[in-house]
This record gives sequence, C-alpha cells and structure tokens, in this order.
Amino acid sequence: MSGAADPRLVVHPAPFLHPQVSTPRIMGDVLIALAPALAAGLWFFGLSALLVVLAATAACVATEWALAGRAQLSDLSAVVTGILVGLILPPSLPLWMAALCGFVAIALGKVVWGGLGNNLFNPALVGRAFMQAAFPIALTTWVPPQGLLALYRGNLALPFLHAPADAVTAATPLGQMKFLAVATPLTDLFWGNVSGSIGETSAAAILLGGLYLLARRAFDWRLPAGMLGAAALLAEIIHQVHPEKYPGALFTLLSGGLLLGAVFMASDPVTSPVSPLGAWIFAAGAGVLVVLIRFWGGLPEGVMYAILLMNSASPLIDRALQPRRFGSRPVKEPR
Amino acid sequence: MSFGHTFRHGIHPEEHKEATVGLASERMPFVERYVLPLSQHAGAPSRPVVQVGERVTRGQQIAESVGFISTALHASVEGRVVAIAPRPHPSGKLVPAIEIAADPYSPQRLLAGVALDPFGLSHESFVGELQLAGLVGLGGAAFPTHVKYRVPEGKKIERLMVNGCECEPFLTSDHRLMLERTADVVRGAEIAAHHLGAREVVFGVEENKPDAIAALSALLSRPIAGRAAMRVMSLAVKYPQGAEKMLIRAVWGEEVPSGKLPLDLGIVVNNVATMAAIADWFDRRQPLIERLVTVAGPGVRRPANLLVPLGTTVRAVLEHCGGLDEATREVILGGPMMGTPLASLDVPIVKGTSGLLAFTDAEARLPAEYTCIKCGRCVEACPQFLNPSRLGRLARAGRFEEMVGYHATDCVECGSCSFACPSGIPIVQLIRVAKGALREQAAAAAAQPPANPEAKK
Repeated sequence: MSGAADPRLVVHPAPFLHPQVSTPRIMGDVLIALAPALAAGLWFFGLSALLVVLAATAACVATEWALAGRAQLSDLSAVVTGILVGLILPPSLPLWMAALCGFVAIALGKVVWGGLGNNLFNPALVGRAFMQAAFPIALTTWVPPQGLLALYRGNLALPFLHAPADAVTAATPLGQMKFLAVATPLTDLFWGNVSGSIGETSAAAILLGGLYLLARRAFDWRLPAGMLGAAALLAEIIHQVHPEKYPGALFTLLSGGLLLGAVFMASDPVTSPVSPLGAWIFAAGAGVLVVLIRFWGGLPEGVMYAILLMNSASPLIDRALQPRRFGSRPVKEPR
Repeated sequence: MSFGHTFRHGIHPEEHKEATVGLASERMPFVERYVLPLSQHAGAPSRPVVQVGERVTRGQQIAESVGFISTALHASVEGRVVAIAPRPHPSGKLVPAIEIAADPYSPQRLLAGVALDPFGLSHESFVGELQLAGLVGLGGAAFPTHVKYRVPEGKKIERLMVNGCECEPFLTSDHRLMLERTADVVRGAEIAAHHLGAREVVFGVEENKPDAIAALSALLSRPIAGRAAMRVMSLAVKYPQGAEKMLIRAVWGEEVPSGKLPLDLGIVVNNVATMAAIADWFDRRQPLIERLVTVAGPGVRRPANLLVPLGTTVRAVLEHCGGLDEATREVILGGPMMGTPLASLDVPIVKGTSGLLAFTDAEARLPAEYTCIKCGRCVEACPQFLNPSRLGRLARAGRFEEMVGYHATDCVECGSCSFACPSGIPIVQLIRVAKGALREQAAAAAAQPPANPEAKK
C-alpha cells in the first residue's frame, strides 16, 4: 500500500466533461451564416464586392496578427470582423479605404480595449463610423447593382487622390424614400437588387444566415428579434399616423442595413448585455433608435449609430440587471 | 425535448449510462486489505474504539461519533486491525484510517442482531440509532443522516423528498438500487416519514429511468392506512436536478431561500440509497459497511455495478473489473460533473462514493481556452441564477470581495457553467478558489477582531 501518486494519472478539478461548443466553432458558424449575404453581394456587385471584402478582411487579419499576435487569430474573430466590415461598405469604395476601415476596426475597435471580449463597441461598426467621419462622400456614394462582372472605377482610386468618379450613381432605397419620397418595390428589397452596402441589400440572404445561426444556437435570438420587432412596431405606428410621409414596417425591415445589423452586429455577444432581460432592452433600444434616426435624423440610415449607442449602454444595462439569484423570491407562507 | 417537471436553467450533458444501466448489481469479492478512513462524512472524524492487533467481526463498530455532527464507523470485513494511521484519502490528503487485514478463512457473516421495530422507538432513540448505524447521505455529500432527523425547536417537517434523480452522467447505481431493492427503498422512506412526522413523501426520479418509476409506483399505488401519502414524480432529465434545492424546485415549484436549508421549508431530502440503508439497519441490523458503486468510463475494461465493502481500494475494484485500459489518464470518484479526481489508486471506496470512473486521453484533454465573449451560456446554465461569467472574470482578477456582491457564496459548484463555456474557461474552479479564499479571510477575521470596529461594516 504505497499511496504514492500514480504517474499515469492527471488531476484536474471537476467537471470532467467538457463543453461541446467552442468559441472558434461559434465564429465558424457566423462565417457560414455570412456566406449567403456575401454571395448576394458578389451576385449584385460583382468583382468589386469581392475586392472590397478581401481588402477589409486582409487588413483585419494583418492588424490582429501585428498587434495581438498570431495565436489570437485562432479564435477566427478577426476574420468575422473583416468580412462584416466588407459587407457594410459601399461596393465602389476605394480599396485602400476598405483596408483602412479594417485596420481601424481591429486596432481601435478591439485591440486597444484589451482584445476580444473586452471591447465596448462592435469593432466592424467602429471602423465604419471612423470612415464615415473621415470620408463622408466616399462612404455615401452608391452605385446600382451591375451583376457578377461589375468592377466599379471607384475601387481603384489611390490613397488621398481624387477618386475616378463612376459614371452612374444611385441613391439607396432609404435615400430615395427620405429625400425623394420614392418607395422601392418590396420584392427588390427582399431579393437585394438595389443599391446599398455590399452585404445589406438582400434581405433573403441575410435571413437565411440568421436562420442558420438560430438553428445552431450560435447567437442570442432575443437580440435580432428585439431589434427588428421594436423597429417594425415603431415604424408601423408612425406610418399609421402619417402614411404618406413615413414607410411602414415591411419597408423599414427590408431596407438599409437593419437586417444585417440586427442579425450580425446587434447580436455580437461581447458588446451586448448578458442577461435575457438586458438583451431585450438593448435590442429594443437599438430598434427604436434606428427608426428615430431614419425618420427624423439628418441621415437616411441609422443602424450603425443605433447599435453603437446601445453598445455604450450595454455595461450599464448589465450592471443594473444582474440575474435574480435562486432563492431570492419571497417565499409563500409555510403550509 | 420534454415538458416534464424540472427546475430552471441547468445543462444536458450526454448521459453515458448505457454501459451499466442494464447490469444487475454484483458483489465485490473480499480482498486482503481494507482502509477505513475515520473521516468519511461531513463533520468531526470518528474516534477509534479498537486497538491495533484486535480481531473485528464484519459489522462490528470500530469507531464512534465525536459530537453530534459525526457518525460511527463499522468493520466492513472480518479480520484483524493492522494499523490505525494516516492513509490515502479521496481528498488527496493522508487521513487517519483503520486498516484491516481480512481473515481469508472467514465466511464473512454479518454480526447480526435481532431486527428492531423502528416504529416503536422514540424520536430521540431513532436519531441515536441512525448515528449508531453510521448512516450518511449516500448521494455524494456524505452528510450524517441523523443530523437531518434532529428537527430543531420550532421547526416542523411536513415533506420528505426521496432523491432518485441520479443526474450525474455515467452513474447508474441508484437506478439499479431502485430496481433491485424497491421494497427496501420504500420501507426506509416509511420509517423516515414516520419519525419526521412527514405527511407527504415524494420519490423524485428522472424520466430516463421508466422501469424504476414503474417499480416504485407499483409499490406505492395502494394507500396504506397510517402511512404518509407517497408518490413517485417523474422529472425531465436535466443536470443538476439531484441538487436538493433544484429537486425541491422541480417537484414543488418552491425556491429554498438563499442561505437557508430545505428544513426551513419543512422539507428533508434523502437519497434513495440512504433509504435502503435505513431499512438495512432496522430490519437486518446491518450498519453502513458496503455500498453500490458504478464502475464505468472508457478506461474500464469491464464496467459494473458493484456492491463494494467500504475500505476496498480503488486499485482492487479496478482489478476486479478487468484492470485499467492503457490509455487511462483520469480516475474519478463520484460523477463526472462533481466527482473527485484521484492521484493514487490506493484510495479506498468510502461512504460517499457513488461511482468510480476511468477516463482516457480523449476525455481527459482540457478544452482549448479562449477569452470570454460574454455569450451568456453560463448564465443560462447556472441553476442558482448567478452570473458565472462575471464571477469568473472577478475571480481571475483577484477581486474576491466584489464577488460577494454577485452572490458567489450561493454557488453550489455543480460545474454547469464550466460545461457550458465555449471558451473553455474553468469557471467553477475559479469560483471555488475564490470561495476558499473568502472563507479563509472570514476565518482570519473571526479569529482576530479588528482593532477599529468602524473600519469595516
């Protein structure tokens, strides 16, 4: 009876069963879910879409590698951010701007906060907001979809030189609605045959990705559901009061970046509240802000600022809404 | 997906019960040596009442209770006491134990007495009998049973919960016991309910044990005059349903207030195996000297449900089960969610050992760790409704005092958060370490009253 430790055995603390889901798998699921939106972007905006997304993704991965180290790439979050950055940019954007946007997204959106899990704002939206402030014209120059072989001249502009202007530009459906009071047919909005950011135009493709994430339980469904629900509800109420001036629920849902933002950015777990009730509040707030900005703000689109604003409130919501611990409910009288 | 009764939150690990659920219990043969630690229960260690060199009979008391929260210990084998000295213990420490060399020629008959009518006993002597029998909760925590039956002044017990959940994966010993010793389980519950004055007895069994539910129901279907109302409740399969607060929530929908005990709701919770052990003591005068143990896991060549005499070493049990697979890397006492990892195979099976599991490389490999992405899976897993993600972050930062505000002390250490975490963060271990540090701080503060009472509230 030696009692000596057996050299074969390792001693870990319980539990001895390990999680079946890993963070890289969740990120991989998000990548798969992004595929339809990316494919739709390629279908409508052709080579330009591919180049912009590649430039953004390459910049994100390179920035993560340079600033956070190679090991950090294994969680795939930089790739997710890169593709998202690409999808929320106009297809005719100069490629160097797409790359700069990716760099800012990772550097200022993530690394300076202490890396994945510590950032307050959604990194892709930080990059987009930076670009919007720095290059407002380029970021709001829209082109009509020209199919698989499209290559917009704007892509090839050199840094800080005048972009060769594209012959044809086109307002987004939101812009047309806001400034021209022209409503785009809902079927075009659903399939995505309209101008806009690369990944935001096809509601069908985004919904497909969202359904995949739902089936894989890779995100908190309350976040997209709450944001879409609140936006649709508020828009419909205002529409009922002023039907000629403001669009209704369906147009609100299908136009602009609302679907893409709700499914892929409001649902970012890092920058949204942890508790279920907090998720509802966060999502509803974002949905309401989108409609307020769209209807009464200076911009035709408000998804980016809506989510960023709610991001900033997320820690507060989390602090205020800690889960109710078990056994803190008042007990009924003993029987 | 089931809509049966259950508690909120929790996890659904793979059950892994198929390897042993169909195996009828078998008796572990007697071996040469037995190590009986004096501390196999929560509370003060027992005090030996035998000398080195003394012959002992199977079932003879060899150590007595020291104080009320302590219990007796009996020889699980006929033989000779060869040592009373520190020996390996499941806790990983060397703990004083009575070592017995078995008599190879003994027929190993039980030191039996005349059956005792439990219903004729006063409540005081009933509690004493339970302590004398060395009974502890056999679900794993090994809390002395008699303590639960000494109902404090002003409290009244109205309900008895018999815990047959066995929610830990791999384990099937309680399931087999409910099938093979149904009558003893019910008999024990009758005795217990009588002395508690309970008017309602519920057997909580998860619905993955339909045969056990049927067997119990068959015995309980006829109401017997003078007996408390008894019923089986089928519960949805979920971990950690066997945790007593979760079980009470599942069955009666009531939450035991934070910091309180089931007792405060007038409820006593006991494991099914504890019920059978109560019947053993009164009907056969057999104290707690053996228990049913599930031996399973990919590293075990011949899985089994074994009736093991207490003090048999893990090594002997594994040898009886065909030896360990070469690839074994982890040996665990108890279940895979809350069990104890072993560093040595010379540790004995003790009163609280419900399972003996061997895991190979494939299971023992720790998941790769990533940063927390606040996905909230741990929050949705925590049966105590805590925020494990926040607690883990605070623990890692060493901010233990802040964790009290997030109710770290309510954590039952079930491990659901670690199991749910896609980033492979050992959340429950971080919380355990923090709780340990907080306990030490509290103990130090209690031992040394602060010089300035204003300094800390």
